[in-house]
Amino acid sequence: MTILIKHGRLIDPKNDRDERVDILIRGDAIEKIDKNLSGAAADRVIDAEGLVVAPGLIDVHVHLREPGFEWKETIRTGTMAAAKGGFTSVVCMANTDPVNDNKSVTEYIMEKARAEGVVRVFPCGAVTKGLKGEDLSEMGEMRAAGAVAISDDGKSVRNAQLFLKAMEYARLFDLAVICHCEDDALGRGVVHEGLASLVSGLDPVPCLAEEIIVQRDIALAAYVGSPVHITHISTEGSIAIIRGEKRRYDKVTADTCPHYFTLTDEATLTYDTATKVNPPLRAASDVAALKEGLRDGTIDIIATDHAPHDATSKDVEFNLASSGISGLETALALCLGLVEEGILDLKGLIRKMTVNPARLLDLPFGEAAPGKPADLIVFSDRAEWTIDRGAFLSKGKNTPFHGRKVRGKNLLTIVGGRIVYSDPDFR
Amino acid sequence: MSWTHKDLLGVRELSREEILFLLDTADSFRDISRRDIKKVPTLRGKTVITLFYEPSTRTRVSFEIAAKRLSADAVNISTASSSVVKGESLVDTGRNLQSMRPDVIVIRHSMPGAPHMLSRILDCSIINAGDGAHEHPTQALLDLFTIREKKETVDGLKIAIIGDIAHSRVARSNIFALKKFDTEITCCAPLTMLPPGLASLGVKVTDRLDEAVADKDVIMMLRIQKERGGTSYIPSIREYASLYCLNEEHVGRARKDVIIMHPGPMNRGVEISDAVADGPYSVILDQVENGVAVRMAILYLLSGGES
Repeated sequence: MTILIKHGRLIDPKNDRDERVDILIRGDAIEKIDKNLSGAAADRVIDAEGLVVAPGLIDVHVHLREPGFEWKETIRTGTMAAAKGGFTSVVCMANTDPVNDNKSVTEYIMEKARAEGVVRVFPCGAVTKGLKGEDLSEMGEMRAAGAVAISDDGKSVRNAQLFLKAMEYARLFDLAVICHCEDDALGRGVVHEGLASLVSGLDPVPCLAEEIIVQRDIALAAYVGSPVHITHISTEGSIAIIRGEKRRYDKVTADTCPHYFTLTDEATLTYDTATKVNPPLRAASDVAALKEGLRDGTIDIIATDHAPHDATSKDVEFNLASSGISGLETALALCLGLVEEGILDLKGLIRKMTVNPARLLDLPFGEAAPGKPADLIVFSDRAEWTIDRGAFLSKGKNTPFHGRKVRGKNLLTIVGGRIVYSDPDFR
Repeated sequence: MSWTHKDLLGVRELSREEILFLLDTADSFRDISRRDIKKVPTLRGKTVITLFYEPSTRTRVSFEIAAKRLSADAVNISTASSSVVKGESLVDTGRNLQSMRPDVIVIRHSMPGAPHMLSRILDCSIINAGDGAHEHPTQALLDLFTIREKKETVDGLKIAIIGDIAHSRVARSNIFALKKFDTEITCCAPLTMLPPGLASLGVKVTDRLDEAVADKDVIMMLRIQKERGGTSYIPSIREYASLYCLNEEHVGRARKDVIIMHPGPMNRGVEISDAVADGPYSVILDQVENGVAVRMAILYLLSGGES
């Protein structure tokens, strides 16, 4: 099978490329990239005139809910949502049931992904058995089975000594360590501590709950000389800490999610449980700081923290509702908002969603060059549309962005030379 | 003026004019409760359900009496004897009640936003009778009614609110309501019971009781929830009482015509001394009486009546 993508604007940050070219895909790899390949024979020709072609996006933080919570999401539906959103690789967190803390669960996920997955799936193993924060999980065996990172995502490893040992041990297998930073006692509330919580009476979570663990986890990593990745940062203080620490220690990376730079805690004033997420939506000053952190490179990566939930888990009192936002199908459009606002240029944005996550996880994806795997997307950076949760391919319809008008839409997703998603309106 | 709100979820959403309109309406209902025959046919044929997920004496009985004096049919559900104990969700309970076509549901719940949830899915009127630490709008309205009754106007008054502000829906509703008038509000508690950023609501904040009561026209005491004693908020009820129990000496620092308010139930000897609770400045029982009139007014207005 050969595919020719013609006249697209290829943006490939890894190879510092931004130009109008034709791309020829043969089998599972990119064969040629040239100004004019109109002579080439191809089974399928795609006219990308006026559109952007980029390496497939890589999401270092999703929840696919399988095994154990198949009514919320499956590897099948989660990867379909990923493909629709422009993601060709996703890293799925370990808080499944059973927890992904041993190779048999990792193998199960890999097997399911091979059989039913639409995009590439890379499991993230648990740091500790059962996410209990007590005993180290068998990360070597999980690595051999396909895991690319470890994290107790959903909480922090409370025992600093244990986490320090985990960071040291993970280096044996070059596993990225992804830190969800939250002091469990300070983080007991459900919304950001600020003017909105003062008014709503909902239990508040101070920024401090995140920041003291960001500081701790970086200190632990620096102490043992391990790389450390801080995920879904949400506060101005975290940005300041990471910005400062990066000057002293070059193995710190960080990501944030579209909802943290798009919404503020004001959205929680309606008690709409779609706005309940952990860490919580923060104040306008935090949003401004995150944007500055994205602009100046303090934040390396944008992830979705795609957290699909069934209606029953959200259609309850705010305190009782599950935390999380179904994010794979809205991320690209919300991120393109950063370009429209002038925070990032297109290449800078794509860098944070392709080459930077690939580098964190040492994946051979996230670039578009001859001989490389043909993981590509074609998107419009201008198309206007209205987010409709009813049209989500994800089982999780939980989004605070339902009804929002956005610009920019993924139209075509190619994984390993196969078209896995094509927008119905795309010729 | 006509009433345009479907629900009463909080006082924050009401304008000063709407609040005064409601208090005027309550004025016209108050005499009914003082007659021999305490009943008018105004809401005949209407159904009011009280749905209480938290224990309550005053508020629930007050709503029930208010409904009955207006000839509405009042049905009371307390969750201990309902299908909630069988695990029914709030949404399902709400939808089932809706099918029986009530006109008003009065809900009390331990979690903020529970009435808002019902409001989104049900057609009938919802009255918030207290949702967690968020609001208790009818309490604030009856407090305003009582203040206006004793002081003739709410404008120009200096008011102290004393107690566990952070976890108090009464404090929040009263702050929201009183800020719509020309008032000076001082909140007082140990720092552990003051929510961060409280001053941004436009109130003064102090941790000194002496300072808080000085020169005040109105002192509102909040109930200390005894279950919070011995936790991270205060080391013990005894120590709290030694620092924050309102006694006659404190009252002496306030204005000569000060009124002392309390939403009940009181912890005598904890936040308020017997002498103050039963003393000449106390209007605590007036608050309870006025509660019926204010709740009659809101039931009447939500059911489509106009003054």
